[in-house]
Amino acid sequence: MLLSKKSREALLGPLSKNNPVIIQVLGICSALAVTAKLEPAFVMAISVTAVVAFANVIISLLRNTIPNSIRIIVQLVVVAALVIIVDQVLKAYVYDVSKQLSVFIGLIITNCILMGRLEAFAMANGPWESFLDGVGNGLGYGLILIIIAFFRELLGSGTLFGYQVIPQALYDLGYQNNGLMILPPMALIVVGCIIWVHRAYNKDLQEK
Amino acid sequence: MEKLRKYIDKIKPNFEPGGKFAKLRSVFEGFETFLFVPNTTSKTGVHVHDSIDSKRTMTVVILALIPALLFGMYNVGYQHYMAIGELATTSFFTIFLYGLLAVLPKIVVSYVVGLGIEFISAQIRGHEIQEGFLVSGMLIPMIVPIDTPLWMIAVATAFAVIFAKEIFGGTGMNIFNVALITRAFLFFAYPSKMSGDSVFVRTSDTFGMGAGNVVEGFSGATPLGQIATQTSGDVVITDTLGSQLSTWDMFLGLIPGSIGETSTLAILIGAAILLFTGIASWRIILSVFAGGYAMALLANTFASTTYPGSMLCPIDHLCLGGFAFAAVFMATDPVTAARTNVGKYIYGFLIGAITIVIRLYNNGYPEGAMLAVLLMNVFAPLIDYFVVESNIKNRLKRVKKGGANE
Repeated sequence: MLLSKKSREALLGPLSKNNPVIIQVLGICSALAVTAKLEPAFVMAISVTAVVAFANVIISLLRNTIPNSIRIIVQLVVVAALVIIVDQVLKAYVYDVSKQLSVFIGLIITNCILMGRLEAFAMANGPWESFLDGVGNGLGYGLILIIIAFFRELLGSGTLFGYQVIPQALYDLGYQNNGLMILPPMALIVVGCIIWVHRAYNKDLQEK
Repeated sequence: MEKLRKYIDKIKPNFEPGGKFAKLRSVFEGFETFLFVPNTTSKTGVHVHDSIDSKRTMTVVILALIPALLFGMYNVGYQHYMAIGELATTSFFTIFLYGLLAVLPKIVVSYVVGLGIEFISAQIRGHEIQEGFLVSGMLIPMIVPIDTPLWMIAVATAFAVIFAKEIFGGTGMNIFNVALITRAFLFFAYPSKMSGDSVFVRTSDTFGMGAGNVVEGFSGATPLGQIATQTSGDVVITDTLGSQLSTWDMFLGLIPGSIGETSTLAILIGAAILLFTGIASWRIILSVFAGGYAMALLANTFASTTYPGSMLCPIDHLCLGGFAFAAVFMATDPVTAARTNVGKYIYGFLIGAITIVIRLYNNGYPEGAMLAVLLMNVFAPLIDYFVVESNIKNRLKRVKKGGANE
C-alpha cells in the first residue's frame, strides 16, 4: 500500500463520510456564493485546497513552538499570507475569474474549514499527515462545490463552463432557464438534496 | 350509493395484505375514504366525532373555490375576445368555452403532477394517501396567469409538493402554503412568464378557438402592473383597451389578472360558503381585510407621487390583485396559519398590512399577497408561542393574586 491506514483515512475520509460541507456543515457561505457557475466554483475549490493543504503543513511544522495562548493569531497569519499569494496568482493568470470571485478569495481566511482543520488536525499531527488531511478536506469541499455548481449552471444558465449545453432547439420550443437556480437560496436546497442522497446511501449516518 | 358501497366491499379483499393488488393498498384506501367516511371508531380518548374529517373539509373548500374558478374561466374568455375586438359578436357560451379550454389543461397538469407525487411517496413510505393536495391542486391553476406554460406549472408543482410538503412530513406538517410555494417558485424562476403585461391576457387561440388579431391600443397590463409602472400624475386604472375602471368593475372582476383572483365578488361567495360551514376562520379573513384597509388608508393619508399606489383609495386595494383570494383561501389554510384565536387576529392583520406595504413601496413587486402570506407562515408558530406564553403568565399572576388574598 502506498499510504498507511491513517494517512488514507486523512486523505479520503473528507471526500464522503467526513465531508466538511455536507457532514460537518462548514464553509456553507462560500458554497452558496460562488457556485452560480462552474468556473469560479472550480477555481475556488483549487484555491481552498491549496491554502488548507499548505497551511496545515506549516502549522504542523510549527506546532511544537507555537505558544498555546496565541495559536489562533499565528494560524491566521499563516492562512492570510497563503490567501494573499493565491489571490495574487489568480489576479495574474485568471483575472476574469478572480474578478468574479471578488471578495470570496479574501474570505477564504474566515472559511471555517481552515480553522477547523488547523485546530483539530494540524496542531496534533505530523506534516505529511497534515498535508494529506488538508488536500482531502480541500477536495471534499471542492467536490461539493462542483456538484452544486454543475446543477446550478446547467439549470440556471443552460451552460457548463460557459459552453451552451442545452440545445437552442429546446429554447425555441419554449424552454426557459430557471432563474431561481442563479439565486443563493436554491444553492442551499441543492446542498440539502446532496445531503439527502448521501444519507440515503450511507445509512450509518442517519440519526435515530 | 348502495351499489357503490357494495362494489367497493367486493373488490376490497384484493387490496388487503396478501391480496392480488396488495401493493396498491394506499391508493385503494385513498379512493375509498374519499368516497365514504371511514367506518372506524376510536379506541381511546375522545369518542364523539362529527363526520367532518379532512377529506370532507377539502371537498367543501373545493366547492367554495368553484365560483371563483368559473368566473375566472369566463374572464379568461372575456379578456381574450375583448383583446381581439370580437366581444360584442361572441356569445356567452363561446366566451366561457374558450376560458374552459384554456384553464382545464392547467388544472389537469397540476393534479396529475401533484397527486402523482403524493401517491408515489405514500407508496414508498407505506402511509395512506393524504388528501391535502386536493385543494392545493385546485389553487395552483387559479393563482397563475393564463399564459404560464404547462411545463413550468408541472415543474413548480413538483418542486412545491416535494420541498414544501413531503420533506416536512406530508399533509398537515408543512410550514408553508404549498400552492403559494408553487407560485413563488414560478415567480422567481420564470419571472417573464409570471409578471409583466404579456401573460395575463391570452391573445392567441386555444385549440384553434378564437383566433384573431389583437386590436389597436391593446395593453395587457394588470391594474397593479399599471400602478407599478406609473411614473407621474394621477393614477388612472384602465382595462386592456384603455377605458377607465371603476371600483365596481374591480369588485366584479372582469379585469386582467391571475385566473381565479380577479373577481372579489366570486371570492366572497366562496368565503360565505367557507364561513357558513365553519371551515375557514372568520377571524383571519376579517383581520386580513382590516389590516389591508388600515395600511392602505395610512398610505393614502400620506400619499405621494413617488409611490403611485398610495394614491389609490383603500377599497380599490382590497379589490385588486390577489388580495381577496389570499385573504379567503390562502391565509385561512389551517395548517400554516396561527392557531390561537388572538394569534389569528395578529396573523391576519399583518398579512393584510404587509401585502399593501410590499405592493406600494417595493417597485419590484406589483403584488405582495403571496410574499406576505409566505412570510407570515413562518411567523405563525412564533405568534402562537407568545400568545400562549402571555396566557400562562396572566394565569400565574391571577394565581398569585388569589394566593395573597387567602
